[in-house]
Amino acid sequence: MSHAEKRSPLFHQLVVYSLLLILLLPLLGTLLYSFSTSWSASVLPSGLTFKWYLALWSDARFLAAFGRSLLVCLAALALSLVLILPLLFVVSYHFPKLDAVMNVLILLPFAIPPVVSSVGLMQLFAGGPLPILGTPWILIGCFFTIALPFMYRAISNNLQAINLRDLMDAAHLLGASTGRAAFMVVLPNLRKGLMVSVFLSFSFLFGEFVFANLLVGSRYETLQVYLYNMRNDSGHFTSALVISYFLFVLLMTWAANRLNKDKS
Amino acid sequence: MISALRGKWLALLCLLPFALFFIAFQIAPLLWVASNSLHTAEGWGLGNFQQAFASPFYRQAMRHSLEVAFWSSLIGISIAILGSYSLRQVDSRLRDFVMAFSNMTSNFSGVPLAFAFIILLGFNGALTILLKQAGIIEDFNLYSKTGLIVLYTYFQIPLGVLLLYPAFDALREDWRESAELLGASNWQFWRHIGLPVLTPALLGTFVILLANALGAYATVYALTTGNFNILPIRIAAMVSGDIFLDPNMASALAMILVGLMTLITIVHQWLLRRSYHVPR
Repeated sequence: MSHAEKRSPLFHQLVVYSLLLILLLPLLGTLLYSFSTSWSASVLPSGLTFKWYLALWSDARFLAAFGRSLLVCLAALALSLVLILPLLFVVSYHFPKLDAVMNVLILLPFAIPPVVSSVGLMQLFAGGPLPILGTPWILIGCFFTIALPFMYRAISNNLQAINLRDLMDAAHLLGASTGRAAFMVVLPNLRKGLMVSVFLSFSFLFGEFVFANLLVGSRYETLQVYLYNMRNDSGHFTSALVISYFLFVLLMTWAANRLNKDKS
Repeated sequence: MISALRGKWLALLCLLPFALFFIAFQIAPLLWVASNSLHTAEGWGLGNFQQAFASPFYRQAMRHSLEVAFWSSLIGISIAILGSYSLRQVDSRLRDFVMAFSNMTSNFSGVPLAFAFIILLGFNGALTILLKQAGIIEDFNLYSKTGLIVLYTYFQIPLGVLLLYPAFDALREDWRESAELLGASNWQFWRHIGLPVLTPALLGTFVILLANALGAYATVYALTTGNFNILPIRIAAMVSGDIFLDPNMASALAMILVGLMTLITIVHQWLLRRSYHVPR
């Protein structure tokens, strides 16, 4: 080992800590701001307080927005599961060749920015047979497309790991119908993959702003839209909001990570 | 035989709800945008696109989009390369912690991120004041192009680390030792072995970062309340603003945005074919 090699761990540690600092800085700043009485035109705040959090968590509008976000996300996740699970089962059991097609299709929500889709969605759902623009229903449909790539991949990986065909054959031999086997044998085996993908999808659906703001806006104010509408309010108040939001999302990703680790 | 056939039909029937929703919320809007971008007051034609490319205002939006996307991706990927390489050299406890934290901050984007940056780097932001007092910067405007590049770079870093970290698996430690035994310097190792092996992963990551930045809307909208001239803002303003609405022009700009992304992907594929491949 050369001289430079021996010194390198320190250098690498320095790099890693700098990376951590860069990523941490905006959060730390917001955290400190949310706890300070007033903080302007100085490096450090003048005093610390808890009042912004008290004000936030007793604000009826905030609680309503939080509830709406929860409701829309949970509904979207339920819809996604109902649509994607049969799809995945049918594709991997009956039409394995379709998987290649699906892998291209699920790239669409990734490749097409929400702002582009919104242009079409706004015109298509403003009137016609399904006038749902401005209602939470349109968000549920859009959130399904956002969750699709993640859920499809996560559950598809899980399906490949459990030997679907052997499981189904065994269930058939024991006299179960295809539907019964799918529900009673395959579904329980997918539980972990399902949970992980649900938690992960939840954490970024909860932060969705583009569809929520363009298609629905204040007519059904979700958490992100509420946060945006509060921009002219006290910065300390919005900071408390940002931190509360981030902690909630943190909890969700932490749960997903925990579940993911248990598997191995 | 007949029951098997019925099973197939039943299976196809199970696909129907998914197909309906996917078409309604993904395919149909895209088709609407594509067809309406060709719809002008005089009938069908490329008029919207001609108008978009002729207008200095729209051209500025395109240029801003490309500039912000390019620089934020380049700086973001540079930090991510350095970070993920160093992450592999430190002990596993620190690594796991930083990786987990980086994954979590990838959720920290859009409106909350814009607010956090205003607190930190706005006109009266703590960091702005600190840097001014230290004499490092004279002035910093978060609401400018430079400000946007800094902000975008922040949300590119976690994504870059997430995508690049596994790529370093392709670089085996024994290659490094072999190269050293044969008398290669550190620089020579990277120039002739390290970089060529990593090129496909670097290109792929760079393309994803570019696409990520090109399509980003929430962050810049929250930061400038729609006052910065950049493609996603222009598109949204023409369908939801209150000054003037022009869905056809919005569609044309949306197609230009999608076209830019497609172009980047094609160039990526072309470069990938020319690059070195690790034999499997």
